[in-house]
Amino acid sequence: MTKKETVQIESLTYEQAFAELEKVVSALEDGQASLDESVELFQRGQALTKHCADLLEQARLKVTVLEQEPQTNGEKGE
Amino acid sequence: MGSFGELTPPVLQVSQLNRLLRELIENEQLLQDIWIGGEISNFTRATSGHIYFTLKDHSASLKCAIWKGNALRLRMNLRDGMSVEAHGAVSIYEARGECQLIVDALRLAGEGALFQEFLRRKALLESEGLFDLSRKRPLPPAPARVGVVTSSSGAALQDILNTLERRYPLVEVILSPTSVQGEKAPQEIIAALRRLTQRNSPEVIILARGGGSLEDLWAFNDEGVVRAVSDSPVPIVTGVGHETDFTLCDFAADLRAPTPTAAAELVSPDIAELRIQLANQAESLSLVMDALLERQEDSLSSLFSFLVRESPRVRIENDARRLDELSGRGQIAFRYLEVLQEARFSNLIGRMAALDPARVLQRGYAVIRAEDGSSIRSTRQVAKGQQLEIEVTDGTFGAQVNATAVNH
Repeated sequence: MTKKETVQIESLTYEQAFAELEKVVSALEDGQASLDESVELFQRGQALTKHCADLLEQARLKVTVLEQEPQTNGEKGE
Repeated sequence: MGSFGELTPPVLQVSQLNRLLRELIENEQLLQDIWIGGEISNFTRATSGHIYFTLKDHSASLKCAIWKGNALRLRMNLRDGMSVEAHGAVSIYEARGECQLIVDALRLAGEGALFQEFLRRKALLESEGLFDLSRKRPLPPAPARVGVVTSSSGAALQDILNTLERRYPLVEVILSPTSVQGEKAPQEIIAALRRLTQRNSPEVIILARGGGSLEDLWAFNDEGVVRAVSDSPVPIVTGVGHETDFTLCDFAADLRAPTPTAAAELVSPDIAELRIQLANQAESLSLVMDALLERQEDSLSSLFSFLVRESPRVRIENDARRLDELSGRGQIAFRYLEVLQEARFSNLIGRMAALDPARVLQRGYAVIRAEDGSSIRSTRQVAKGQQLEIEVTDGTFGAQVNATAVNH
């Protein structure tokens, strides 16, 4: 279970991870969860925080270039 | 001769004539707000900052001046041979009696006609509702993927990449290159937008181009391009030209930025802010958890003190204390104690008698034991089919449970 969640967290984008972190915090603030659930939420929150921090730390701008379609009118030959 | 004096027409000095001409011309509204088309020659920029040149057509020429303040605001580099349209006021340079145009704005020849076309298209598309504010969508606060539609060799792209690298290196940029100027630019821009939204759609798109003349930016006023921007399934931010340039794409976009750099800033959160936000969330997480554990501890300890308060030990101690108190209360208490002790004594004898198992068995009671020798006191200790051993006053025999019933 924990392992599966870790894998999931690692595949989250920063925005997704941060949004979930906010949800975890407000769920904990709600106080509706049992102690066990709260501890689980807390651990999930910690993992999300770490993931976000890692993403910020390791971030390097990635640029992908889409290829332009060849001109259909053939004016732009090689 | 002297009598001729009154009839002679007055003689004006040259300077008086030139002033008169200047005043006449400057009082003619038509000449004070006028566009003049021609070609630039004799261009000079004086050390004072003023600009002088001559505007000429095939058969005539006109001296022109741009005073320093307006010269600084010019967005293009003037040079001889350029066809321009100059706006300003006609005047007379009194010292030479020369007619001159004091220029306050300049545009390339043909821009006037382009601008009229711009206004016509704008009115058309506006009437179709393409520019309605209700169509504007909010931008994602922290997109993972940003599409960029611009020239792959332009300064605009470098500005955008530099800005994103500095502010928000988390982002993946998907560049969909296109030419941004010339006849084929409109169809290329439309195709570049379509490629972006068809394949690996980003969360927001920057449509950008560096500064230029109205003609240079014309592709961004193309009706098809404007419609493609308006129809985009992904929010678009435009950053075309400089602060003062407006294109129809700007009106159709979800957000208009004054420059490509500003567009990149608008789509990206600042990483410094993200760090602060993250630290805040992490702190909230710990605080909430601490508070939660504290609450749990509190309720645990109050539960424990409840248990202590309600435990029989406490009651026994209380009883003993009360007894002590009673015993310390003189005559009445002493008599009470005597009675109590008597009662206790006889009670004790009775209970001891009752506790003698032999006597109990004699009275017809039996002891039931499980196979491991433990005595059975409750229906909960037996199950159907279980073997039991029954002890009566003179021996034992075996038995099997065939039903249980609980007393209420």
